[in-house]
Amino acid sequence: MFSNRKEVFLSVTLVVLVALLALLVWESVVWYFDLPKALLPTPRQCFQAGFENQETLIKAILSTGIASVAGLASAVVIGSFLAMLFSQSRKLRLALFPYVILLQTVPIVAIAPLLIIWSGYTFRTVVIVTVIVCLFPIVNGVTTGLLSIDRDASDLFRLYRSSRWRTLSSLQMPTAVGHLVLGTKTSAALAVIGAIVAEFFVGNGTSYDGLGTLMTGWQALAKTDALIAALFCSALLGLALFGCVQLISMTFLRRWVQSS
Amino acid sequence: MNESLQIASSIECQNLSVRFGNGVEALNNVSLRIPSGEILSLVGPSGCGKTTLLRVLAGLNSPSSGEVIADPPIRGDLGQIAFVFQQPTLLPWRTALKNVLLPLELLRSSSPEHAKSRKESVEIAKQIMSDVGLADALHRYPRQLSGGMRMRVSIARALVTQPRVLLLDEPFAALDEILRIQLGEMLLGLWEQQRFTAVMVTHNISEAILLSHRIALIREGKSEAVIDNALPWPRSEAVRTDSQFGDLYRRISCSLRETSDKE
Repeated sequence: MFSNRKEVFLSVTLVVLVALLALLVWESVVWYFDLPKALLPTPRQCFQAGFENQETLIKAILSTGIASVAGLASAVVIGSFLAMLFSQSRKLRLALFPYVILLQTVPIVAIAPLLIIWSGYTFRTVVIVTVIVCLFPIVNGVTTGLLSIDRDASDLFRLYRSSRWRTLSSLQMPTAVGHLVLGTKTSAALAVIGAIVAEFFVGNGTSYDGLGTLMTGWQALAKTDALIAALFCSALLGLALFGCVQLISMTFLRRWVQSS
Repeated sequence: MNESLQIASSIECQNLSVRFGNGVEALNNVSLRIPSGEILSLVGPSGCGKTTLLRVLAGLNSPSSGEVIADPPIRGDLGQIAFVFQQPTLLPWRTALKNVLLPLELLRSSSPEHAKSRKESVEIAKQIMSDVGLADALHRYPRQLSGGMRMRVSIARALVTQPRVLLLDEPFAALDEILRIQLGEMLLGLWEQQRFTAVMVTHNISEAILLSHRIALIREGKSEAVIDNALPWPRSEAVRTDSQFGDLYRRISCSLRETSDKE
């Protein structure tokens, strides 16, 4: 993405500049229109609220983070397994793939209440919602990868009477690694969103505490400054998760760069 | 290496025809005999069915009618037939050595009772890698190799099972002239060692003359003529200056031009 250090420096500087500018505009808008704190607090008030609630926030970040990672990891395992089944049978693919798309198109906010009924106000529900949100990019990516093998390479395996399993494990799966990483990256960006949406439904005051439950609680109390602080935390968590996947993929993918 | 040599097979194609599902007739009643240990080149315009013939010989396509008889019979599950594709077709996540080892690994799982041990396989692979001049590149990945080196790996991979029959589909088409000549001579050297039967598709007339005993002209799915190449063995690039070379070149090129004029 970045060709050299100069470009990294430029990009970081620009991002920080935009952030500072936005905060400045925000602060001035609140000051100019004399907005009440419950409607729009200043950035400094938000920061202070975050600082005061840091213990609660850190605990919530951890809960939401663990739920996101657990959901993403489960989606990687389940998604890869489904993709492997799909790659083995065209009929299975034709029969089941539309339902995987359906899983993606049905709004998660519509499924979440149902899941609460079945699975309760629990960590498990949050993970399940996250899995549903993360599943499609992985199934779709890995299935494409498993099926996009080079014709000559597949002939080569046929020539030596390679079994279906051997071709899958020695040719198709390594070919699909790049697609898996790409799908996981897309899903990583979605995982935190999925977890927080689920937490909205789990709600505040239950045994589970995450960023989403905190936000619903603070919204009810009109603690707008703390709410915005939690919002920033969730954005940072999403970035961190995406960054981790990116880092893992960069070290892992180095070997997989195509030769031709 | 010589004592474990497999006996090369002779191949007899009898009235081979291939019709694809869309009605295209790729081969029309082709009969060819390739004696054991001979190198035959298939030359002809694009889309004339050369590659289809090669794929039928490899067992990758089955003929609509006619048959291929090999003597002694060829067993794919013992690696007795090998194919060199136009592209090196190396697996990018495997090192050069591991790419060469791939056929032996696949054969080990498809017919374990005949397979060579892991250690023996590695020895054989290293030997063939040094035969193709890549003893120093064993642990490099395909992306770290030049185009010519990748093709060498591809040929080493084909020969690692010491096949009875080697099929080559325009193996040097993507390389520049100098590499073509070098790899052609290397292939002859390997043939001197292993004496496999070989069928090679090529567009390059000089390459066909330099590398083969006979040259079959294929046109519109038919075998039009088989030209004997009496140039002396062992051959090297020097035969290009031989007067026979010029005669042959003219003959083949005229026949090809005739065939393309008719189209």
